[in-house]
Amino acid sequence: MLRLIRFLLMIAAMVAVLPAPTFAHSGDAHPQRTPVPNMVIENSAGKCVAPPEEMRRNHMEMLKHQRDLTLRQGVRGEPASLNACIECHAGKKTGSVLGKGDFCESCHSYAAVKLDCFECHQPKAGFKATGVKP
Amino acid sequence: MTAPQSPDNNPRRAFIAAAGAGVAGLGFTAIAPGLHLMAVASDANAANAADARKAGTAASSAVRWGLLIDANKCVPGCTKCIDACHTENGVSEKLPDPRQNSQWIRKIELVDKRNGRVTQLPMMCQHCANPPCVDVCPTGASMKRADGIVLVDRHTCIGCRYCMMACPYKARSFVHTPLHEQNPEVPRGQGCVEACTLCVHRVDKGQQPACVESCPEGAIIFGDLNDPASDIAKRIASVPTTQVRADLRLNPGVRYQGI
Repeated sequence: MLRLIRFLLMIAAMVAVLPAPTFAHSGDAHPQRTPVPNMVIENSAGKCVAPPEEMRRNHMEMLKHQRDLTLRQGVRGEPASLNACIECHAGKKTGSVLGKGDFCESCHSYAAVKLDCFECHQPKAGFKATGVKP
Repeated sequence: MTAPQSPDNNPRRAFIAAAGAGVAGLGFTAIAPGLHLMAVASDANAANAADARKAGTAASSAVRWGLLIDANKCVPGCTKCIDACHTENGVSEKLPDPRQNSQWIRKIELVDKRNGRVTQLPMMCQHCANPPCVDVCPTGASMKRADGIVLVDRHTCIGCRYCMMACPYKARSFVHTPLHEQNPEVPRGQGCVEACTLCVHRVDKGQQPACVESCPEGAIIFGDLNDPASDIAKRIASVPTTQVRADLRLNPGVRYQGI
């Protein structure tokens, strides 16, 4: 009898010590988690160059193919142009695709994929550089 | 080659004239140098009309873009070509050490010590036919386009700066700091080498490089060196011109007159 009580107590102690994993990931319990991006295309002048499913999967390949054609062979006016993407997809508030919650930034931070394009490319739509006097 | 169109049915020519008038801000007759500039621009445009590429076509090796710079017309103290280049290409960084600032084009002053004669000239990437920067590049980022424009592919540039060592014209710069003020058509960023692109984004649209358009003296002309009918080829065929460091046999696409 005593042995049984000791055993039950031990089980109870173990259950109390265990964390409750089923509750930890539910709902908004983790505010630090990147939210699912809510895509709003704010400056859309027309249709995208491909349906959303294809763009989601292949935009990087399209842009990579295009950049080599344009830079190395001088082919201009092809549909998959980064500047054309930015013209439609820049957010109204920031004028950029890279602000918090803007088109490129929100999805790339959700997917945790590093975005290098804008280390050289201008993320703002219609930006005009001024330059400096020498 | 197609026959030159009349100005009425060539929208590109009308556009360039309008753009040129916009740049000059004074029209055709208000200033004498402006009149000359427009004349040069329209001549070169007529020469380029045959080479205007349609969207979707690649640059052709039948064309070789080049510049002819008349040092006799280059005015001391004038930096209009440099200003225009920096505005067009978004070169805006001002670093504590000015030697680290990007320099796509610079003015050089040559003084003949025997008689004190001073010559001014703008110097930039010479767009060599046999570019040493392309020879030495370990990643293939430094490249020459079919139409003779020498470019850096920043997607593959690792910033080793070997090309800067190889260039006898000191034409290339390294970007030392993160940039945010790029023009959408001229991407540039930290960790890459860069140089004059001959305003490739304008040339592909059938426009002239910014320095050519901005020079109030018309000292720089742009055109196709391979086309004997172009203004630049005619000038090179008729007046003595110089390739800087011709002894290196790099065959630069930028030629000078009066040095």
